[in-house]
Amino acid sequence: MANISIRSAVKAYGPLEVLHGVSVDARDGEFMVLVGPSGCGKSTLLRMIAGLESITDGEIEIGGRVVNELEPKERDIAMVFQSYALYPHMTVRDNMAFALKLARRSREDIEREVNRAADILDLSQLLDRFPRQLSGGQRQRVAMGRAIVRNPAVFLFDEPLSNLDAKLRVQMRGEIKALHQRLGATMIYVTHDQMEAMTMADRIVVMRAGRIEQVGTPLDIYDHPANSFVAGFIGSPSMNLIDGVVRSTDQGLVLDTPHGTTWPLPANATVLAGAKIQLGIRPEHVLLDTAGVEAEAILVEPTGAETHVQMRVGGQTLTGVFRDRPAIAAGARFRVRPDTARAHVFDCDSGNRIPARS
Amino acid sequence: MTTRSKSAGGALALQILNHVALGLVALLFLFPFFWMVSNALRSNAEVLAIPVRILPSVFQWDNFAVTWTQLPFGRFFLNSLVVSGSVTVITVFVSCLSGYAFARLKFPGRDALLMAYLGTLMVPAIMLIIPLFLIVNSLGMVNTFQGVILPVAFGTFGSFLLRQFFLSIPMELEEAARIDGASRLRILVSIIVPLSMPAIGLLSLFTFIGQWNNFLWPLIVMTGADNATLPVGLTQFQTQQGTAWNYIMAGATLSMLPGIVLAIILQKLIYNSIALNAGMGGR
Repeated sequence: MANISIRSAVKAYGPLEVLHGVSVDARDGEFMVLVGPSGCGKSTLLRMIAGLESITDGEIEIGGRVVNELEPKERDIAMVFQSYALYPHMTVRDNMAFALKLARRSREDIEREVNRAADILDLSQLLDRFPRQLSGGQRQRVAMGRAIVRNPAVFLFDEPLSNLDAKLRVQMRGEIKALHQRLGATMIYVTHDQMEAMTMADRIVVMRAGRIEQVGTPLDIYDHPANSFVAGFIGSPSMNLIDGVVRSTDQGLVLDTPHGTTWPLPANATVLAGAKIQLGIRPEHVLLDTAGVEAEAILVEPTGAETHVQMRVGGQTLTGVFRDRPAIAAGARFRVRPDTARAHVFDCDSGNRIPARS
Repeated sequence: MTTRSKSAGGALALQILNHVALGLVALLFLFPFFWMVSNALRSNAEVLAIPVRILPSVFQWDNFAVTWTQLPFGRFFLNSLVVSGSVTVITVFVSCLSGYAFARLKFPGRDALLMAYLGTLMVPAIMLIIPLFLIVNSLGMVNTFQGVILPVAFGTFGSFLLRQFFLSIPMELEEAARIDGASRLRILVSIIVPLSMPAIGLLSLFTFIGQWNNFLWPLIVMTGADNATLPVGLTQFQTQQGTAWNYIMAGATLSMLPGIVLAIILQKLIYNSIALNAGMGGR
């Protein structure tokens, strides 16, 4: 086990800089998830930790040791790839034993370690099969087994569930989390799926365009997004973001939108009349209220537990999530308002969160 | 219903037409081999007789025995095996190393070097014969196996073929091996080469058969009669008194056998490798 410290890490390909001085620490035994849209640099950062990409500037430390110039094999890490990268000409057993053979471990040692990993991952019956004879989930487990046998200080996962179907993804999500709890090792996990990030992480690192936007626990990031990008990226369906200008009324501050609608703002919002802001409302915080703003349902999607309603409000499309199965059909007109106590306010220009008065 | 019957009938007619066309092409390719075997089984007089007979009037099976015993055919056979086998092993070995370097290693001038390397393919082999002979002669290698083997063992084609194949192997496999602790050489030996058996099999086959049939270079370098390879040795049936075409054909038939056996063996290997690669990368 080891902590990881990334200090001002820069990655450039010639004149093109893709990581702009990223700094973040993963604590010993922590499950940290790097999440962000495609091209945000999360996989590049992971590959820099692994030693598969050089570090243009800055430092990466694993277990207190600067690893910038070390080969991947010297970093005491193991990595699970998106495509699993199992050696197709080797059996499951040989795939898992490959690293140990290279380390010149004794035959008994290798057998013991392979069997231990196979037990943990329920692979004992599959040891003599080739990767092509396995299902997607089994291949995924072999890839993890290959990492486990080495007993590394740090596990790195590069979107390992992307090639699995939805049901298997949920199952494997649980298995990886259980594995982390069992091994207690430091794990860095890259995904573009915010749901994976929310459900698996001890802490999430949200990235965009080669920069870190926010680091925090899943619920902290969900409840207090640092800016409108994080607010829109974390959470599904995405947070509704409504642009407008603040106006002061007898009932308190309100937001006038360019579409002619008016929304109440949180009572503790620290904004002044005339300021251009974005009001952020999570879909589950859109409430039905006959005194609210008029909306027209565009699309109604019942998921069983909830009903997702896309609605047109003024000229803008918003999403609401309702748990009590409202009798709304597409084309229906109704009125909504935000749960102002749980609404968010962002600066229109910088996108940064405007903190509420406590 | 009628439309469906019509389209089914059309598809059947097209299939028959395809098979007939393929059959004709196959016959065209097979006829020279049939003619070689047919001439190997008749008397020399009948080989040259007009009108031409498709099949021998009498099957002279002992032509093969005469061919084998009249000349040191076994020795020729062994010489060919040594030359072709050595060239194949060296070519595959060198092509694996250079193909991997061109495919995966990053070094200054790599692409320019590859272009220059490929440029040598544009030079007709016949133009190199005299300079090569002068070099071999100055090294004292005339009439030696190394003189026949070394100049032809370092071809560009193999490097290029394997480079292209290596490029198709997912980079992640190599990265996984690096993380597992493998060196570049270990990656080549344990990961890249086993996954490249289709290309290596093909390269081996082409190189072996090419050298087995190579006539000009061994003819020039191997001046001693005992050191001749099969194609060169068979010319000894051409004398001032005439040419024993039936024996030459019998010799040619015998000389084809190793190539055929190799092709059959490697074909299986190539098929197996392709099936193996269907699961490549675990996708």
